[in-house]
Amino acid sequence: MRKIDKIKQYVFPYLLILPSMVGIGLFVVYPIIKVIILSFYSTNMINPAKTKYVGFENYIKMFNKVMFKKAMVNTSIYTLVMIVVVLALSLLLAVWLGQKSSRINYICQMAVFLPHIISIVSVALIFVQMMEPNFGLFNSILVALNLPTSRWLQSSDTALMSVLLVSIWKSVGYYTLIFIAALQSVPRDIYEAAELDNAGKFKTFYKITLPMISPQIFFVVIVLTIGSFKVIETIRLMTNGGPNNATTSLVFYIYREVFNNTDIGKGAAAGVVLMVIVGIMTVLYFSSLSKRVHYR
Amino acid sequence: MYGVSQNIKNTANIILKILVIAIFAFPFLWVISVSLQTDAEVNTFPATIIPKTPQFNNYVRAWQAGPFLTYFKNSVVIIVAIITIQMLIMIPAAYAFAMYDLKLKNILFSLVLIAFMVPTQVTFVPVYLMMGEWGLLRTLWPQILPFMTNAFGIFLLRQYFMQVPEELIEAARLDNASELKIVYKLMIPMAKPALATIILFSFVSHWNEYFWPLIMTNTTDVRPLTVGIAALKSTEGFVNWNTIMAGNMFLIAPILIVYVFCSRFIIKAFSYSGIK
Repeated sequence: MRKIDKIKQYVFPYLLILPSMVGIGLFVVYPIIKVIILSFYSTNMINPAKTKYVGFENYIKMFNKVMFKKAMVNTSIYTLVMIVVVLALSLLLAVWLGQKSSRINYICQMAVFLPHIISIVSVALIFVQMMEPNFGLFNSILVALNLPTSRWLQSSDTALMSVLLVSIWKSVGYYTLIFIAALQSVPRDIYEAAELDNAGKFKTFYKITLPMISPQIFFVVIVLTIGSFKVIETIRLMTNGGPNNATTSLVFYIYREVFNNTDIGKGAAAGVVLMVIVGIMTVLYFSSLSKRVHYR
Repeated sequence: MYGVSQNIKNTANIILKILVIAIFAFPFLWVISVSLQTDAEVNTFPATIIPKTPQFNNYVRAWQAGPFLTYFKNSVVIIVAIITIQMLIMIPAAYAFAMYDLKLKNILFSLVLIAFMVPTQVTFVPVYLMMGEWGLLRTLWPQILPFMTNAFGIFLLRQYFMQVPEELIEAARLDNASELKIVYKLMIPMAKPALATIILFSFVSHWNEYFWPLIMTNTTDVRPLTVGIAALKSTEGFVNWNTIMAGNMFLIAPILIVYVFCSRFIIKAFSYSGIK
């Protein structure tokens, strides 16, 4: 009897964890391995017998494809702009709105954060309508102000920037909230000491605030990078990759290869590229976390 | 003199803040305006700001433009199923991670962290093929099963469970309380804020989810509201923006109502979702 009890005690906790591991195994670990395998095969969906191992052929062909190159360039521009603009804007808003808790500051936070919890479907539809070149609100306003109008999403020169405008508008509120929480965790007495030393506002911000919230800044940069590299919904909804591939992104490329060209091999190869990028970001993030623990 | 310039500064500050509120809230007033405009008003330049007589009929038109009762039902069923399954799986797992010293704990917990970081954009191709092989593509399961393990939830709940005082658990064990009873009567009440946060995040993310159902559904009868609303744009063409925006309100309104009533809780939950 005692032996059984001991086994029970040893096995029981694993039984509690088991269902969660089934989920992770089936929908995270297996797909990661499978996507790597698929990237080395030419998969024939109609006749599985014709599926064959092709080595690095998918990768070589993919890297030579104009659409893939365009997708990588677009995604890199998108990521860079997102990091710079969202980081700057959300820091600015956080310092501005988070200093004092007043009614107007709270309403402001509420408004800035609102787009984050609304579906990208709703947001994209609203902006596509507002950016419509012939009847849209944006051009109406520009005309009223005697400014030149824009083709917005319908010109390959402005489409990516228009998509970025929407992405920035939608996500800046979330990061503002994170920075406000971070700023509130900075001990007050440090600022008082700086004031006694007659340090100016800018100097205090550079020398004290920024270093104190650098862990959160790093977190935001990582999350923004991963989030930008996996962008698809906004693009699918607003431009469908066009015009002339001007807004094709890495994940939109995967989507196209798999569902329009049924070229699973190339889609999987691009999936591996995304996985590597996300992997590097994740390692960077967790290694910085463990470093922080050391310093304490 | 000092007082005057301070006054100007304060006024400028408030005007700027009102401008910021307008920039972020205006598009949501704009949807309502367009959803109430006549067909002619939608297609005039410059754009109509306020409709002359509100066309509430647009909402009926939008509701009839597709099987919206089905879409709505699917969204609700998917969310309820996901949250229920996640709870049943997450609570025991978080409890085991928090309470027991296990040999494989580090490996298993790093798997949870990996699951937290890997985006669906990486996994969707194999999962789609798998769902096809299992013959599930015409059911709601591909939109539910892949989310059975909520890695973020396990992570957050574990932290709350670890904060429950050891003495309380020991006392319960001395009273011969079963593990189930300890979880149910002691741990869950202590972790209520965490559970509320987890439910909130699951609700918001799955109500809004577009990419996953777009890929995992081939027929209208399994599609959620997001995919249905997005489809309005192609069926209603470029002309009937009023109908599209009325449909859009079906998607926005539930979240907006929740936000108005629980904004403090929601803002707090997202503020601290960053790290810890």
